[in-house]
Amino acid sequence: MTAATALDTLTIPGQGRLPQPRVLRNSLTMGWRSLIKARHEPELVADAIAIPVLFTLLFTYLFGGALSGSTHQYLGFVLPGTLVMTVLLITVSAGLSVNNDHTNGAHDRFRSMPIWQPAVIVGGLLGDTVRYLLAIALVLGLGLLMGYRPAGGAGGTLLAVALILVFGFSVSWIWTTLGLVLRSAQAVSILSFAIQVPLTFASNVFVNPATMPGWLRAFVHVNPVSHLVDAERALLNGTVTAGQVGWVLLASAGLVAIFAPLTMLRYRNGR
Amino acid sequence: MVAAMTAARPFAIEAAGLVKTFGTTRAVDGLALAVPRGGVFGLLGPNGAGKTTTIRIFTTLTRPDAGVARVLGHDVAADPHAVRSRISLTGQFATVDASLTGLENLILQARLLGLGRRAARRRAAELLTAFGLTDAGGRAVKTYSGGMRRRLDIATSIVVTPALLFLDEPTTGLDPGSRNEVWATVRWLVREGTTVLLTTQYLEEADQLSDRIAVIDHGKVIAEGTPSELKASAGAGVLRIRLASAADRDRAQQVLSGALGVAIRPEPDPAALTARIGTGPDGWDASQTVTHGMAELARQGIGITTFALGQPSLDEVFLALTGHGTASGVPAR
Repeated sequence: MTAATALDTLTIPGQGRLPQPRVLRNSLTMGWRSLIKARHEPELVADAIAIPVLFTLLFTYLFGGALSGSTHQYLGFVLPGTLVMTVLLITVSAGLSVNNDHTNGAHDRFRSMPIWQPAVIVGGLLGDTVRYLLAIALVLGLGLLMGYRPAGGAGGTLLAVALILVFGFSVSWIWTTLGLVLRSAQAVSILSFAIQVPLTFASNVFVNPATMPGWLRAFVHVNPVSHLVDAERALLNGTVTAGQVGWVLLASAGLVAIFAPLTMLRYRNGR
Repeated sequence: MVAAMTAARPFAIEAAGLVKTFGTTRAVDGLALAVPRGGVFGLLGPNGAGKTTTIRIFTTLTRPDAGVARVLGHDVAADPHAVRSRISLTGQFATVDASLTGLENLILQARLLGLGRRAARRRAAELLTAFGLTDAGGRAVKTYSGGMRRRLDIATSIVVTPALLFLDEPTTGLDPGSRNEVWATVRWLVREGTTVLLTTQYLEEADQLSDRIAVIDHGKVIAEGTPSELKASAGAGVLRIRLASAADRDRAQQVLSGALGVAIRPEPDPAALTARIGTGPDGWDASQTVTHGMAELARQGIGITTFALGQPSLDEVFLALTGHGTASGVPAR
């Protein structure tokens, strides 16, 4: 009964000022939550370390000789694609953590609190950007070691990083929707993967689409991932146009406009 | 009448005609409830009676299909934010983050409720001390025992003291020591002015803690009153007898029903009988009635191995109120 006697020392803060929802503050607090979760469970960050290292080495040395004649030449072509593919693959975990919070009751607690409700999802995605940054740093760092030199310089590289973060944040809303629609974490993984594979592979990440049959080329051209890869290559090579970046920003806005309301609708409906 | 009562004594919760269906199941089926401010109000019912759905409606987590619910004067459907600002919910399932430490969980809650960085840390440390969790504060919650976890759960709910606290089955799965700690915490909160609405499947718990109890069955309130009113409806007590020989049971049943003037129920155990004891035939109290029954059995030469006079169980209250037991069966305590 130690707890009971100790209780009398507790102060009872009055209900004077009622808590108000704060968009930025609530989101940052939820972002902090996802970061400390990652610190306690480092395996959650394992994909953000393994995938960039594996992809950068594997794609360059596996395809380099065959596709471009030399690995060094291919590195210049494939590294921006590797960057995009790496970040897109690790965005999937957003759906898993949302699914986990939903099924274990955490969302119920947040939903009964006077906070800006989208912060629960937005904050998680903000926390994820730290994982993306880690993955990006690994891809670019390894690339530099392997002899990659972005002609776009530091400015172009920073813009390339910023653009991929924006797209990663936006595309994550697809996974959060799936995370709330589907019951089990397995279902979320399987379906996310089924969407990821055509989006990333049926693109210009690895090869020039000119060699592809017409029907595939048509898909590659409308695939937002191809446009992102184009913009990343152009930013890193210093040949970017406003149209390339604009297209990616437009696609990002479209993804958020469709999937953020769907996510919030499912979130509000509860379990 | 209702208006006059509202003016005289404001209610923490007023609900009427609440309905919530899931597919073909009517989880809440025309529920009406008035919970006064202050004290503990118990929602008592077996598994699947609709207790959790009712709490989810009051805490804005589930929208009712029909009916109105006002919590602290605010309509849950029209103004959920006003409700959320003044309530706290401790759910049946883990609501604290298992991978975070106790301290981090408390800071998270405090920050979300608008406390500054330092104030949040101070409050978290204060709560850890008050709930005897200082040593465990730096450990991940998944390493906590069930009782520690529930204490943290409740501490999290009072980071900012709510006007109304919902406790959904606060002691389910706890050992008796932890259960007593939770009870002491609830009593303390009530002394400090919080209204508590708790759900439970245990009559003993509702009896120990509640000022008023509503019994829920099939999504409706089937009885409401003080614990003693409720128990009176189920008889003053329950006599449980185990006979020396199962072969005597039919005879014993006859003798007892003659002596006590009440129906005697055979139990699944072939040597056991149960009788609900009201006030006896000549205005005797329960113990006099029982003594009389025992004497009659002895005179007929029927041997008894054990007998006990106890409080009616939830199942017996249900039997008295509905004519049937708890459909899903109540887990043994």
